[in-house]
Amino acid sequence: MIVFEEVVKRYPGGYTALGGVSFEIRNGELVVLSGHSGAGKSTLLKLIAAVERPSAGTVRINGQDVSRLRDRAIPYLRRNLGLVLQESRLLTDRSVFDNVMLPLVITGHPPRDAARRVAAALERVGLSGREREMPLGLSGGEQQRVAIARAIVNRPSILIADEPTAHLDPAYAGEIAALFKSFNAAGVTVLVSTHDETLFAAHRPRRLVLGKGMLVGEAAA
Amino acid sequence: MTNWLYLHGRAFVHALRRLVGQPVGTLLSAFVVGIALSLPAAGYLLLDNVASLARGVSGTPEISVFMAPQASPADVAAVEKRLRGDAELAGYRYVPRDEALRQLERSGLGDVLGGLATNPLPDAFVITPRGSDPAVYDTLHARLVEWPGVAHVQLDSAWVKRLHALLQLGQAAVLLLAGLLGLVLVIVTINTIRLQILTQRHEIDVSRLLGATDPFIRRPFYWFGSLQGLFGGLVALAIVWTAVEMLGPPVAQLAHAYGAVFALAGPGIRESAAMLAFAAFLGWLGSAISVRRHLTERLR
Repeated sequence: MIVFEEVVKRYPGGYTALGGVSFEIRNGELVVLSGHSGAGKSTLLKLIAAVERPSAGTVRINGQDVSRLRDRAIPYLRRNLGLVLQESRLLTDRSVFDNVMLPLVITGHPPRDAARRVAAALERVGLSGREREMPLGLSGGEQQRVAIARAIVNRPSILIADEPTAHLDPAYAGEIAALFKSFNAAGVTVLVSTHDETLFAAHRPRRLVLGKGMLVGEAAA
Repeated sequence: MTNWLYLHGRAFVHALRRLVGQPVGTLLSAFVVGIALSLPAAGYLLLDNVASLARGVSGTPEISVFMAPQASPADVAAVEKRLRGDAELAGYRYVPRDEALRQLERSGLGDVLGGLATNPLPDAFVITPRGSDPAVYDTLHARLVEWPGVAHVQLDSAWVKRLHALLQLGQAAVLLLAGLLGLVLVIVTINTIRLQILTQRHEIDVSRLLGATDPFIRRPFYWFGSLQGLFGGLVALAIVWTAVEMLGPPVAQLAHAYGAVFALAGPGIRESAAMLAFAAFLGWLGSAISVRRHLTERLR
């Protein structure tokens, strides 16, 4: 469960990215966060991943107050989140296999079990048999699918994606949206930010709309 | 514990791959570190060789104790009794004045004393102290001079004391050089690790987002610094051994020309292991400083 209570985020220099946002996302929900550029979508997702700290208010993930989390506890919070960013942010000098393997290396998974999980994750995103390829040899959509495989390989309870289809053509974007829906159907809480309101329409998600750092609209699934 | 070892194993392999993956940079760094370390190592070796040479040449130092001309046989007996019970002495030899005169005559200098009516030479003791510490000779000398009937005490191996002082000066100089050049190694490592952090910035950021802890991020850099130091140590050892091989024959020839037998000795297994461990430690220290300075500010 993700809970925001009157969350304010002010950056040095005085820019207010979020001006008192409150909402609650229950386990197993599919939520699309929309709004124009600069509305505060990325900041909101960064607060969930503890990349940023709120200036005021409380952020709770599965009952844990992220705003008061000690620095050394942050990595363990992130291990329970699947993060997909706007750019795939793959390591270009590592194979597809090694990229997807990275979260399991970080958590010190036994190699044999880790290899099985990587194979399963790549199968979920439709990239079986591409393990040895290098990221730069893949299309933009395939790179994003590798990033999604990397995000789910640790079997997170929450999947967060920041504009995952921003640089993809509509056909690839539709595939990625369908992937997120399939993870949600398997019980994963999914929060996706996008400025393309039509993208997830077919999957009937709950919608949160941000405008100038405030929650300006909400529509149930 | 197994997981900790596994993560260290991965970090070690990761660091080794990075070093092997940039052979030119690795070799250059190893040579800079190696040359810097070889200077104090060669200095230490030189001092060690000179010390062993000095030990061989000086043999066992002796102290001569001359009795006063007016000392009675009872005074001589009293001094001998005290020498016999002295724990700081390894041994002593009594040289009566008549025997001293005979020795002088045998040496061809008897004519010098020919015009004198009486034997001017005093009774004497030649004593051998325990150990070879010049400080012991000093205290012994000061004590013997105070004994009744003793006129003069002469330290026969004063030059050993001077050599010892010179060796101590050399050791201090080598220590200073080792400190300064060790600092060079640390600075070289700090800079290398800083560049590594810059080139791996993307990987570090991604790993952080995926839940990597500080130790996970830092471990490969620690290994990188330690391995770089170790490679530098190996280069330093190679330089020192090459120098020993090249200088050994001419040094032996020089010693032979002076009627001595001397072979230049290279570093032994213990010295080599200590040098490699020291180099690896300095590499680790440099990486630890660099990581603390350049990585922490990037993590939040």
